[in-house]
Amino acid sequence: MTEPVLVATALGRRFGGLVAVDDVSLSLAPKTVHAVIGPNGAGKSTLINLLSGDLRPSTGTIRLGALDITHWPSHRIAQHGVARSFQHTNVFAAFSAFENCRLAAQSHHRNFNRWLKPADRYDDWNAAAEAALAIVGLAARSGITAAAMSHGERRALEIAMALATHPAVLLLDEPLAGMGPEESTHIVALLKRLAADHAILLVEHDMDAVFALADRLTVMVNGRILASGEPEAIRANAEVQRAYLGTEAVSAL
Amino acid sequence: MKRSLLPWLVVAAILLLLFPAVAEKFYLQLVTKIMILSIFALSLDLLVGYTGLVSLGHAAYFGIAAYTYALASPATDPASVWLTLPLALAASAAAALLVGALVLRTSGVYFIMVTLAFAQMAYYFFHDTRIAGGSDGIYVNTRPDALVPGVDLANDLHFYYFVLAALAVVFALLAIILRSPFGRALQGIKANEHRMRALGFATLRYKLAAFVLAGTIAGLAGYLAAAKEGYVNPEMMAWHQSGTVLMMLILGGMGTLLGAVLGAFSYVLLQEWFSALTKHWQLLMGVFIVAAVLLLPQGLIGLHQLRMKPRLPRTGGDRD
Repeated sequence: MTEPVLVATALGRRFGGLVAVDDVSLSLAPKTVHAVIGPNGAGKSTLINLLSGDLRPSTGTIRLGALDITHWPSHRIAQHGVARSFQHTNVFAAFSAFENCRLAAQSHHRNFNRWLKPADRYDDWNAAAEAALAIVGLAARSGITAAAMSHGERRALEIAMALATHPAVLLLDEPLAGMGPEESTHIVALLKRLAADHAILLVEHDMDAVFALADRLTVMVNGRILASGEPEAIRANAEVQRAYLGTEAVSAL
Repeated sequence: MKRSLLPWLVVAAILLLLFPAVAEKFYLQLVTKIMILSIFALSLDLLVGYTGLVSLGHAAYFGIAAYTYALASPATDPASVWLTLPLALAASAAAALLVGALVLRTSGVYFIMVTLAFAQMAYYFFHDTRIAGGSDGIYVNTRPDALVPGVDLANDLHFYYFVLAALAVVFALLAIILRSPFGRALQGIKANEHRMRALGFATLRYKLAAFVLAGTIAGLAGYLAAAKEGYVNPEMMAWHQSGTVLMMLILGGMGTLLGAVLGAFSYVLLQEWFSALTKHWQLLMGVFIVAAVLLLPQGLIGLHQLRMKPRLPRTGGDRD
């Protein structure tokens, strides 16, 4: 077993009296898809927000390789190779698909003090943006503004923006939400390819996609981890079946 | 597809270059004043139109440079431009750095209120103390000296071209910066700051740099205004001065450089025209601005886009 890239230990987050995430420990290995499932309100999105630095943990620690990133702001975590997508599509609506990805690529290069040369003349950033769009199948749509794209295209664009930063870790918050079956198949195939050289934490409700992709599964209920392990073991876990999957869902698998 | 504003820019530049050949003294001075306000509006456009930071205290940096110039000028001899201009810009930049480092920790309506509060502090500092004449203000008896043979800034024609050159430099500088990686990052922050942070941009320092740059350019405008009038007073940094320049920007069109200049020109010319009609010119101005905002949400510069709309279907643009 290789060294995990991202390790959360006893992570907790309170919002006033509500404990959204409670004592969650998980480790994300390279080249794997680690899916987190659970009913609505289980704390899955909060967990991603903690790992990405969008929220600060109340308790626990997060390590990225040898670094303790528990209290790092989100932009610094992103700079160290952790890219994320959002549950509710979060792109620059008025910008073209290309500019969305170009900005993403720019973010990972020295750019604060570059005030003279036009931004679109940095060839390596342009190349990274084009490559990212090509990977998700949006190469032909690069000139279209994000606002003019379909929902499925915008979800794919989110993933392309993450890829344009050449991340080691992808935190994907329901990438299939609201997608038609055809688009879902496309994204599942894409994620399968990406798993070859990324560590992917996948929060997803689509059980077909989860069992098709996941190397490891963590089930969360009420902010806590109910079970964690190989997909087959989780499928057979009686407690999980009772708490979440439901008998029909299990028999369907 | 946005139609290029470049032809209009060229026309405007030629008109401004040739204007003194036909203008009477009054109009020469008026256009000089408008060009100074154009620089001021451009500086605010960088904040409001491109970075999404609505400041209601931008006149503070305009006034601080003006006061720096007045206080640094000798009593009778002309001050050197090369000494007083850098000093005035540095004072505005330093003030913007200090205030920006504090106010940029807030956002939205709080940002508006805190920028206003700091500007009012600057206003009352000069209004209520004896420094530089208190509420009466202070006169500077001579225009600054550029120390270039053949250039006499006391001459209104020379001063006109001096201001025009400053406007051209500011316009070109902003156009270049806004195309650069730094400028694109600012526009990303305006569009969606949260997403920018998630991508890895340390957005605070981009905003602070924009705030300081905008304050410095406002300082240039304040310096020129003080040099032109030979007089500074606290009203230069009062909240209605900040409000006026914001209205120029809204009128002309935020988020385009030409819109800021157009806003300054139309606001002042309308003010001249309305105040010739009635002493209640502000009422007319208010009605005009409300009408402009309702009919042209993108400002007067939006007229340029409107004109081409009927042609769109023929060219077979993307209809998604």
